[in-house]
Amino acid sequence: MSVTVIKVENLGKQYRLGQIGTGTLSHDLNRTWHKIRGKEDPYLKVGVVNDRTEKGGGNIVWALKDINFQLNQGEVLGIIGKNGAGKSTLLKVLSQITSPTVGSVKVKGRIAALLEVGTGFHPELTGKENIFLNGAILGMTKSEIKSKFDEIVEFSGVDKYIDTPVKRYSSGMMVRLGFAVAAHLEPEILIVDEVLAVGDLEFQKKCLGKMKDVSEQGRTVLFVSHNMNAMQQLCTKGILISNGQLVMEGQIDKVVNHYIGIAKQGSFSSGNHARRGNKSVLFSDFYLTDADGNKVDSMIMGSDIYLNAVLERKAEVKSVDVSFTIRNAMGEAITHVQNMDNDFSIPYDFNTITLRIKLSSVLFVPDTYFISVWTGCNSDAYDIIENCVHFEVMNNPDFNRIIYPHNIKVFVNSEWAISNK
Amino acid sequence: MSEEKENWDLVIKPKQSMFSVDFKSLWRYRDLLMLFVRRDFVSVYKQTILGPIWFIIQPILTTLTYYIIFTFFGKMSTDGLPPILFYMSGIVLWNYFAECLTKTSETFTANASIFGKVYFPRLIVPLSIVVSNIIRFGIQLLLLIVFWLYAYATGKPVQLNSTLLLLPLLVILMAGHGFAAGLIISSLTTKYRDLKFLVQFGVQLLMYGSSVVIPLSRVPEHYRWVFLMNPMTSIIETFKYSFLGKGVYEPVYLLYNFISLIVILFIGLFIFNKVEKSFMDTV
Repeated sequence: MSVTVIKVENLGKQYRLGQIGTGTLSHDLNRTWHKIRGKEDPYLKVGVVNDRTEKGGGNIVWALKDINFQLNQGEVLGIIGKNGAGKSTLLKVLSQITSPTVGSVKVKGRIAALLEVGTGFHPELTGKENIFLNGAILGMTKSEIKSKFDEIVEFSGVDKYIDTPVKRYSSGMMVRLGFAVAAHLEPEILIVDEVLAVGDLEFQKKCLGKMKDVSEQGRTVLFVSHNMNAMQQLCTKGILISNGQLVMEGQIDKVVNHYIGIAKQGSFSSGNHARRGNKSVLFSDFYLTDADGNKVDSMIMGSDIYLNAVLERKAEVKSVDVSFTIRNAMGEAITHVQNMDNDFSIPYDFNTITLRIKLSSVLFVPDTYFISVWTGCNSDAYDIIENCVHFEVMNNPDFNRIIYPHNIKVFVNSEWAISNK
Repeated sequence: MSEEKENWDLVIKPKQSMFSVDFKSLWRYRDLLMLFVRRDFVSVYKQTILGPIWFIIQPILTTLTYYIIFTFFGKMSTDGLPPILFYMSGIVLWNYFAECLTKTSETFTANASIFGKVYFPRLIVPLSIVVSNIIRFGIQLLLLIVFWLYAYATGKPVQLNSTLLLLPLLVILMAGHGFAAGLIISSLTTKYRDLKFLVQFGVQLLMYGSSVVIPLSRVPEHYRWVFLMNPMTSIIETFKYSFLGKGVYEPVYLLYNFISLIVILFIGLFIFNKVEKSFMDTV
């Protein structure tokens, strides 16, 4: 029973960075001119590896490069990587939404992609009409949908509102309806992108269960998520993508552990940041460390992390205060830390000073976080660097928090007891 | 791992483009086409009081406007035909063509969010536009027939003739031109947004350059070719000839029309094919 159903060979996808608009016409003409003369596309040669931390010279980037892997029938593949590593691009290529620049993907059987739930829902149409529309968009025929209609309605739990236009639905109901349709797709190969991150608790349990059923029925699943716990429970095999390249392939546990263990020394280099402030005091270095003082750019949820800031004084100042704002990948401020809160005063007659700030039991939900740093005195800013360092929070396998409402930002430690004995 | 026979169901490769329409997968998604048609039809007039009656009101109001401006004030010729019928038949035909053209030309930009998430043959969308507009056209044609019957009953000089059998061909020519030109514009707008602005203006200009308002027989001989370049001119003229009894009917014009349809359709499908593979990166 080891039939290869997906074979990815030398897959690469190239993007042009920056503004599309001026210059594209001339690029296009140049390209066509080369083609006419039978020459190679002049823009295929340029291009650097997709590494956002480094500012490359070229304005063309390989979002994916030299990806090779195979998948057998019944395997569940977890695709792991940081934000921007190329996971979504890979899914888009696999689901035919965009075409690769080089290489090929060979597929056996019907393939369905679930990159979003409720794609194509029309707000004016009723739940029932939208089930048919959405199902057809996902590749089902009308009779298939008809035969599963009752199941879908039951699974979604919105049967009361099935004849109401979906614009009157709550967003939760919309998601449930969308997932219910998708869950009843029966392709040989299913591609799923982080849809578990939606819906309420009970519904997420249902979805996870459904995903398990699907894989147990011998169908092949490709799954992308930042939720390492769910990955380890659902997947059999994993691949790790970093900067558009396949770094590791193998047993899911091995790949996950490798990923969590990656500690790329991602600290701040003072050169290429846009700064604001009057420059009386400057950040000359900023980095994250663990308890042992090793530099890190990721942490496991619930553990401690240390912010290290090196300050240099360039001019006379009367006082120095420092603060940090941590934002998530959506740009929402999650928390703010400053020395005044702890009544900690920083001496102001230093030349260089290194501050070490401990954040204990950080219970942010798994995501990428950006730290902006500020130093100044009252309303006088000496130095501000927005999004100066970023780090990942990884799910902690011990917490067993696979399931949580999708829009929460942070957990708190809780202790449970029964008090009415 | 058994490395057996290379019979893959699907091979995803860099743009294999050129000219290929995957009729098999279009057929497989025929249900989606019909559901899109239904969606367009049902959703347009939701939360309006008059609902689908708007399909009829629109051409009536436009006809009245033209009547007042061109006949009442402008004293322009309508080839000796009753002005209301003359304008209305032009408007109904023109509306069908214009709707197909403008709606199709928005295919990529209007559906970017769906196209970015799910794959299905992209041609389904413009095809559904052509089909749902044909329903509208049918309703408006009925309206036209009612007006014709009234005119006939009151002894106005209108008469049908056997060329009316060409009507299905005329519809195909109209739909085809609108569809194909729409494909071209839609594909190009993914990269060059400027075209979007041209379309609105262009459609209006084309209308005055066809025989919706000015009968071809009134156009001076040596300027006629300008009007005839516009494929809609001969379609509207033929229709007026067969339905009302006056108009320029020349099989040669229709032949030219047919050839132009094939050429535009070919170009349209070619560009569309090219763009559908990569438009998500540029849109």
